[in-house]
Amino acid sequence: MLRLLRQGLRWRRPYSSVAASDIEHFKTILPPHAILSTVSPSSLPSSELDQYNNDWMGKYRGRATTVLKPKTAQQVSDIVRWCAGHDIPIVPQGGNTGLVGGSIPLQDELVVSLANMNSVRSFDPVSGILVADAGCILQSLTDYVAPHNHIMPIDLGAKGSCHIGGNVATNAGGLRLLRYGSLHGSVLGLEVVLPDGTILDQLTSLRKDNTGYDLKQLFIGAEGTLGIITAVSILTPPSPQASNNVILALPHFDNVQPLYRAVKRQLSEILSAFEFIDRTAYNLAVKHGQGRALSDEDVEGAECFVLVETSGGRREHDEEKLEDLLSSLMDSDEPLINTGVLSQNPAQFSSLWALREGITEAVSKEGKAYKYDISIPLASFKTVVDATREHLRSKGLLGEHAVTHVLGYGHVGDGNLHLNIVAAAYTQEIQDALEPFVYEVVASYRGSISAEHGIGAMKTHALHYSKNDASIEWMKKIKTLFDPKGIMNPGKVLE
Amino acid sequence: MRPSAVRLLNILVPVKRAVDYAVKIRVNPQQTGVDLNVKHSMNPFDEIAVEEAVRLRERLKDAVKSIKVVTIGPPKASETLRTALAMGADSAIHVEIPESAPAPEPLGVAQALRAIIQREKEGAGVDLVIMGKQAIDDDAGQTGQMLAGLLGWGQATFASKVEVDAAAKTAVVMREIDGGSEEIRCRLPLVVTTDLRLNEPRYASLPNIMKAKKKPVEKLTAAELGVDFTPRLETLKVTEPPTRVGGGKVESVDELVAKLKEAGFSAV
Repeated sequence: MLRLLRQGLRWRRPYSSVAASDIEHFKTILPPHAILSTVSPSSLPSSELDQYNNDWMGKYRGRATTVLKPKTAQQVSDIVRWCAGHDIPIVPQGGNTGLVGGSIPLQDELVVSLANMNSVRSFDPVSGILVADAGCILQSLTDYVAPHNHIMPIDLGAKGSCHIGGNVATNAGGLRLLRYGSLHGSVLGLEVVLPDGTILDQLTSLRKDNTGYDLKQLFIGAEGTLGIITAVSILTPPSPQASNNVILALPHFDNVQPLYRAVKRQLSEILSAFEFIDRTAYNLAVKHGQGRALSDEDVEGAECFVLVETSGGRREHDEEKLEDLLSSLMDSDEPLINTGVLSQNPAQFSSLWALREGITEAVSKEGKAYKYDISIPLASFKTVVDATREHLRSKGLLGEHAVTHVLGYGHVGDGNLHLNIVAAAYTQEIQDALEPFVYEVVASYRGSISAEHGIGAMKTHALHYSKNDASIEWMKKIKTLFDPKGIMNPGKVLE
Repeated sequence: MRPSAVRLLNILVPVKRAVDYAVKIRVNPQQTGVDLNVKHSMNPFDEIAVEEAVRLRERLKDAVKSIKVVTIGPPKASETLRTALAMGADSAIHVEIPESAPAPEPLGVAQALRAIIQREKEGAGVDLVIMGKQAIDDDAGQTGQMLAGLLGWGQATFASKVEVDAAAKTAVVMREIDGGSEEIRCRLPLVVTTDLRLNEPRYASLPNIMKAKKKPVEKLTAAELGVDFTPRLETLKVTEPPTRVGGGKVESVDELVAKLKEAGFSAV
């Protein structure tokens, strides 16, 4: 009981705000241009910090007074050591592209942006192992390894802004997970600044290393609550020599499962993505100009769409397989698909992908989005979207005045559905109608309330829908072990 | 039997397989040309030409009797023909040249096209040629004009809008010209070359890709057409443009002014 009470006290401990004296100290660590602060003497207008205090959806808003932009792990360590000694809470921040508010201060925490740590440390073209600073933008790493015929094992819509460090800290999934697996497999080593300032150097580039506990795994997906990732060693696969994609229009959702089985069987090793887009999501993407659509007559009567991508070593081989698949689909007595389009050149390849990747952007253009990123059995994708829509309707919240669209899309291969609810505005009423409703539905399938977006600030209260008490207790013990003062990204992941 | 249209149009669309426009072009180490071991696709202007032919049929219905595509190129150019057939062309001609042969020049291509048109005359003939205004690999932009000259036909180049009156055998074409556009009325037979704004080509749908596999592709050689593709031009050397030198940062206004003076700029 006493222990519990102490623990409770610990989470409510008074934190310090960044003061002028702290800024003075930071000036001994960093050059002046790497310190952005509204605290005197620099006294910048708070608008200068907007991009660090707000997420891109406009959903979360912090009140940080100071942003530090270190360039080396040693600088990060010096900053963290000072903060640990002065009870200053820290929010590590990458590209700030997260969807659950994990990189936004809850109050006036110190923001440590890794944006200036953006150098590639090494790349071995033989093994494909890349070691890079945490602040490297995913797209720039993709461009870096491309001439060596390698690609990054992850790819996601935010690739032009997100940092590799943030990708690892949030265990980002994305579009290539089906093919290359999760970051728990492809990350070989990490350099992490722990909450006391220690630099934990686990930046190995070994494929195999069974020597004791694999500590780095703890930081993958910890969302910066156990330390600040400053560098990443990651295995990059050889780039496919040929890629193709096709969008298929399906008359019923029920056809998705048999189609996935047929596609897996016939394409086998060249299948690299199998993405699901429901009709509402498709219509929104087209409406907001995200890529070109099928012709109107092709779209008619389609309940949902599937984007299939192949990546392989030899174009003729891949095309033959794909065409065999498509002819068998089209010629079947009871076709699983209505029709579809096959990209004929790289421009069409990109615009088919743009349709899928642009849904996120289209949704934010359409209105305010409530985003749920859930893992549930594939067969229940449509049921969950429909149940959510009906639930909102029963509450009288469906219509121009409140929720305008309920849509689903996601990664069929990974059992990951993105359930989005688009509303005219963020309101408590809609929020209350959605939660815990959505979480309870997910729990009823033994699913995950956060397949790839993480917990952040958004879902801490809902963690118990996916993790039992024993799991959460041990997570809290680990957090306390690494961060006894609770200064590292407080209020995220765990309450 | 239903009455046939008074006049039936036969359209010929020449297409070229070219390095895809999204590919970053690299000069080969021998400096004799560019690296061709990259993704190829249909020249974008030709794609617009195929699209326009298909749209003409959608507008004029049965008045368009045939849409035939033709390419001159190595065996792999047949993929380009399949794409055009999947977009809606009816049949194709492949004038095959060896993989290692040099790319034919505009005059050779125009002569081959003339030979094909004369050959077609034995059948239904050709009333309208729609082709790209240029290919994005050599950017010559001459073939359409040369073909019209060789045939003694009218030409409407850089088209941004095409309207055909099949019965009257005339066409009204909007042309992209310096500072605006120009509308011209032409008599068929006619050569039209396409500009970017003419249309946005469609995707090939799966049913059409399947159908395209069954459409006829006739193979011909230069010898059968009585033309010679031997180049009249000699490429001496191909080099990359000098790489752009990045900018530098200055610490103060004075330094900026000094650098500007150094570079030859002065206050007016």
